[in-house]
Amino acid sequence: MKKIFSLVEHRRGEIPDVSYELLTKGRELAKQENGEFTALVLGHNVKEFAEKIKKEADRVFVVDKEFLKEPNAEAYQIVLSDILKKESPFLTLIGHTALGMDLASSLATSLNIPIATDCVGIDIEDTGKMPVLLVTRQPYNGKLNAKVSFAAGSQFMITVRQGAFTSEQGNLSGKIIDIASPIEKEPDYRKFIEYIEAVVGAVDITQAEVVVAVGRGIKEKENMSLIEELANSLGGVVACSRPIVDADWLPKDRQVGSSGKIVKPKLYIAIGISGAFQHIMGMKNADTIVAINKDPNAPIFNEADYGIVDDLFKVVPVLKNKIKELKAS
Amino acid sequence: MNIIVCIKRVPDTADAAVNIDSSGKDIVKDRLTFDINESDNYALEEAILLKEKLGGTVTIVSVGPPECEDTLRMGLAKGADTAIRITDERFTETDGFAIAEIIKSAIKDLDFDLVLTGCIATDDGASQVGPTLAELMDIPHATLVTKIDVNNGVVRVHKELEGGLTEVFDIKLPALFAIQTGINEPRYASLIAIRRAAAKEIKVLGAGELGIEEVSLKTKVESLFRPPVAKHAEILQGTPDEVSTKLAQILLSS
Ligand SMILES: Cc1cc2nc3c(=O)[nH]c(=O)nc-3n(C[C@H](O)[C@H](O)[C@H](O)COP(=O)(O)OP(=O)(O)OC[C@H]3O[C@@H](n4cnc5c(N)ncnc54)[C@H](O)[C@@H]3O)c2cc1C
Ligand SMILES: Nc1ncnc2c1ncn2[C@@H]1O[C@H](COP(=O)(O)O)[C@@H](O)[C@H]1O
Repeated sequence: MKKIFSLVEHRRGEIPDVSYELLTKGRELAKQENGEFTALVLGHNVKEFAEKIKKEADRVFVVDKEFLKEPNAEAYQIVLSDILKKESPFLTLIGHTALGMDLASSLATSLNIPIATDCVGIDIEDTGKMPVLLVTRQPYNGKLNAKVSFAAGSQFMITVRQGAFTSEQGNLSGKIIDIASPIEKEPDYRKFIEYIEAVVGAVDITQAEVVVAVGRGIKEKENMSLIEELANSLGGVVACSRPIVDADWLPKDRQVGSSGKIVKPKLYIAIGISGAFQHIMGMKNADTIVAINKDPNAPIFNEADYGIVDDLFKVVPVLKNKIKELKAS
Repeated sequence: MNIIVCIKRVPDTADAAVNIDSSGKDIVKDRLTFDINESDNYALEEAILLKEKLGGTVTIVSVGPPECEDTLRMGLAKGADTAIRITDERFTETDGFAIAEIIKSAIKDLDFDLVLTGCIATDDGASQVGPTLAELMDIPHATLVTKIDVNNGVVRVHKELEGGLTEVFDIKLPALFAIQTGINEPRYASLIAIRRAAAKEIKVLGAGELGIEEVSLKTKVESLFRPPVAKHAEILQGTPDEVSTKLAQILLSS
């Protein structure tokens, strides 16, 4: 029987959405293949989590150890490699998260299992003889999709993009199984110290109704005033994509996206932003999305309601004046 | 502190049209401009900063065609000491695992304390080579690294998590870090340095020198295609004046 495993992440008491998405996808694939679906929970005092996800899987493997209190990729690797060696699942799913990035490729390599990362689609096609596993990835920052196949084998690993699959509650009654750990403390080469919270600034972009966001298309710091003036004309705040923060043109608390803030304003205007998925994750739930970009193929236009395909330096100054005129009349 | 930095030369596709070639498995590259991968540029800068602070050497390594030498030369101009380009006809089709294996065979006998990579290549977007290479070399690693503090063989690392949270931990050297953008402010090379680097030798290694018979592919791109579009924006047409008028009306009425 085919075994499929999904890792359930949790940090500071919270299970991220992507873990539920993996539980749903893993369960679905196991059902399709008449297989058995196992959820993996590593941590300390995680009984509560295990109970919570019992419905999602046929089996819930729990490794409960003090040293697993914080997700530590090197410790996770030792524990998971032990489990995967014994269980030899056909497929192991891990989130393409900050933790998953540290963990999965390294774990797969140690077990000599082929891996594909940051996948947005998973298909098991039955060709008669052997089921063939195919994944969909998004190279070139979302401009293209790629169908990717694996070298022949009996075990595979996939990391999955956050939000690529939907999550539904399961109705199984999984058996919670305690699994022994091959080690008693974290390896001495990686030791957790602490968390540092995101900095809180003067402006809270998550509370604004109108967010005018600027990206690398703005080219120079001097041009940022264009965006500020537009935001002012609309009574909105200025936010940005990551490169603007990397360049120190705006503080980190203005960054929209997976490693920044999630915003849900009434109006979101993306100017000179290509629409990488890490950015999209932070703004896709805005009521109305407008994009101004000179590249007609920029992925941002697949999220936007309205688009202008033109040079922002030609459009933004005129747009600001039109808004002022209209407001005055 | 001897540091190895892995550098990939990638096409700039953020601003350009990306077209699929006749094989259906790759993109048309002849009209694209290429440069150092974004996060690799930060990794290189971090290596040079560490060298300036602690002494030692910086070696840069790239797997790719002769054109990579421009990218490596720029690295030398910025302050790297040695550059290695790895190339072979047998390496034309690769994947993240193969690249890591190839790099490992080129650097395993070098004297190093730290290996740096970028956290993601903007072409394949896999974030795979760093952690794979670390595992093959049997050294600890971390990705999305935003700060490195070296202290007596131990590095205090800052790693970026979701939502702007930072995780701090200690890692023992030798180690590999996949660097996230924004960790520093990458420098520009001076004209004199660029001219000087033009005369420097770049070591070229092939499959023979590395003792690699053939690369083993674990994954393979079967086809490239345009992402299906669930919903596309209504594109406002006209001159900047016309589109601005239309958009202003929409914005103020919504
Ligand atoms: C782990 C991780 C986390 C990340 N987290 C985030 C995050 O939270 N938020 C985030 O934004 N990114 C994040 N990123 C980075 C993300 O992958 C992209 O690199 C980034 O979003 C790109 O920003 P951009 O669109 O401004 O720049 P680019 O992708 O370079 O796009 C610039 C755009 O401007 C357009 N343009 C250029 N000139 C003009 C002009 N004159 N007029 C009009 N348009 C023009 C171009 O056509 C292009 O579409 C993360 C990456 C990683 C690996
Ligand atoms: N061909 C290559 N040559 C040198 N380094 C590479 C190559 N491909 C990937 N890397 C390194 O691995 C990192 C991650 O790449 P990837 O796994 O392809 O996203 C890059 O940022 C580089 O530092």
